[in-house]
Amino acid sequence: LAPWVPVVGLEIHAQISSNSKLFSGSQVQFAAPPNSLVSFFDASLPGTLPVLNRRCVEAAVMTGLALNCSINKKSLFDRKHYFYADLPAGYQITQQRVPIAVNGSLSYSLCIDNKLSQMVTKTVRIKQIQLEQDSGKSLHDDTRSQTLVDLNRAGVGLMEVVMEPDLCCGEEAAAAVRELQLILQTLGSSQAVMAEGQLRVDANVSVHHPGEPYGVRTEVKNINSIRFLAKAVDYEIQRQIEELENGGTILNETRAFDSKLGCTVSMRDKEGKQDYRFMPEPNLPPLILYDAKSLPANMNHQQVVNIDWIHERLPDLPSVKRAKLVEQYGILPEHSFTLLNEDGLTEFFENVVQRTPMKPQKVIGWILKDLLSYLKQHSLTVKESPVSSSLLADLLNLLEKKEISSTAAKQVLAELWKGEGKTPLEIVTEKKLELMQDQKELEEICQAVIDGQENEVIMMVLG
Amino acid sequence: EKVTVEVLDHLEHLALVDFRDSEGVERLQKAIQFADQLHEVNTDGIEPMDSVLEDRCLYLREDDVTEGNCTKELLKNAREKVEEYFVAPPGNIPLPKLEERDTFLQGF
Repeated sequence: LAPWVPVVGLEIHAQISSNSKLFSGSQVQFAAPPNSLVSFFDASLPGTLPVLNRRCVEAAVMTGLALNCSINKKSLFDRKHYFYADLPAGYQITQQRVPIAVNGSLSYSLCIDNKLSQMVTKTVRIKQIQLEQDSGKSLHDDTRSQTLVDLNRAGVGLMEVVMEPDLCCGEEAAAAVRELQLILQTLGSSQAVMAEGQLRVDANVSVHHPGEPYGVRTEVKNINSIRFLAKAVDYEIQRQIEELENGGTILNETRAFDSKLGCTVSMRDKEGKQDYRFMPEPNLPPLILYDAKSLPANMNHQQVVNIDWIHERLPDLPSVKRAKLVEQYGILPEHSFTLLNEDGLTEFFENVVQRTPMKPQKVIGWILKDLLSYLKQHSLTVKESPVSSSLLADLLNLLEKKEISSTAAKQVLAELWKGEGKTPLEIVTEKKLELMQDQKELEEICQAVIDGQENEVIMMVLG
Repeated sequence: EKVTVEVLDHLEHLALVDFRDSEGVERLQKAIQFADQLHEVNTDGIEPMDSVLEDRCLYLREDDVTEGNCTKELLKNAREKVEEYFVAPPGNIPLPKLEERDTFLQGF
């Protein structure tokens, strides 16, 4: 049987973190009373016009720069037409012809064979990033055969990140999206929380034999977490391989991932292939961005988005943060990955290191093995930890000063988890875990043991 | 060159317009002919213009919350509502195929 080459291309929609929407002044907020965050423009009432939010432009430029894209100094807005109850205008304003950023790349890391100690760096190319409007939300009421529509989300700014089909499996897809999520959160351009719909991923999947043209692709939607993304992609790859090996064909269709059953289901569209009749958005002139060189002399600075100004103010990206942690603290690269992967863990680690003379390379073991595994076992976030960084530092200090043994330290930690408010020192005293320092006392104890075990001593001396 | 019935059917599906009679179709024909005059101009090497606004400044708004909070007013226009939600049919109801619907285009 000839081998199969899976091809995976992702389309990611990230909700822009801003106070107001892309083209109107209504508020952006998750979970508000239905239709309370809707302006006349969002409801598509006649006579309203789009007005572009500068913050959204800046968010897209930041993201483009972080993903090594070329920023288009002139980009255009278009209308994408289709009918749906949660799209009141009958079209979405997007950037189809000339988007704001193109030709970038995203580097991410994978563990080989699930071994954290063997990591490889891979790259996926970014085709483009475009600004576009989000649609409202439809709640399907099947019992009453109706759809309830909430337009609170209609018009919220989105950055659509389109990746080239450089990925080959669920694991790669998950790792790439995770890294993108961290980048967006570091930039602040999107909070990228998948559970709140701030980061949505659609996967395009196909398979082919090496040397042959790409196979027919399907689009997989309704993926609600990074874990499900990996499952959905791998399931779809398997499904396509099985279908083709059984002599079947793959339809160019949209499929929904069913997380309960762990499979993809056809969302067969009664309307057939969509024709979106793209046309330029007549109400918006081209979006012009500037840099230090092209900056016009006497323009109102509120009307200017300066790419270089934004570039200078980019925060350290996750990859840079990791490298700095490795350099500064002498920890291993895979440690830095885990530190950045858990919200608040880097801060926790650095707080402990500041408060104890124990070497960071030793501290990291306590953070990653003892602290993190406990948190995971009890499904707690770092912020919810009953053991604070100062408490842990106090404990590690006792260990470092050799006032307790390593085994005793673990016992104290187990007590600290109970969150009863006792300090490490109090627990050590209570449970008499102190290491004996008195030489004479130690000699007396050893002698007593030897005296009580005369036979065993003779055996040992004889070899 | 006449507009084919396939194109007319396609447009009715996409835009939910109803060409209804020969006058409607004729109007479309004339509009296309009028626009086709653009082809008479040699535009080799010239950047296309899609708006006379192309040199205007695209105004950028500050990211402040200035509108919204008018649920009652918006719902005033709704024919049906359920607890401040708009009500819509369960899904898109696509136009039936040409052979299956009552349209002037059938005899076209």
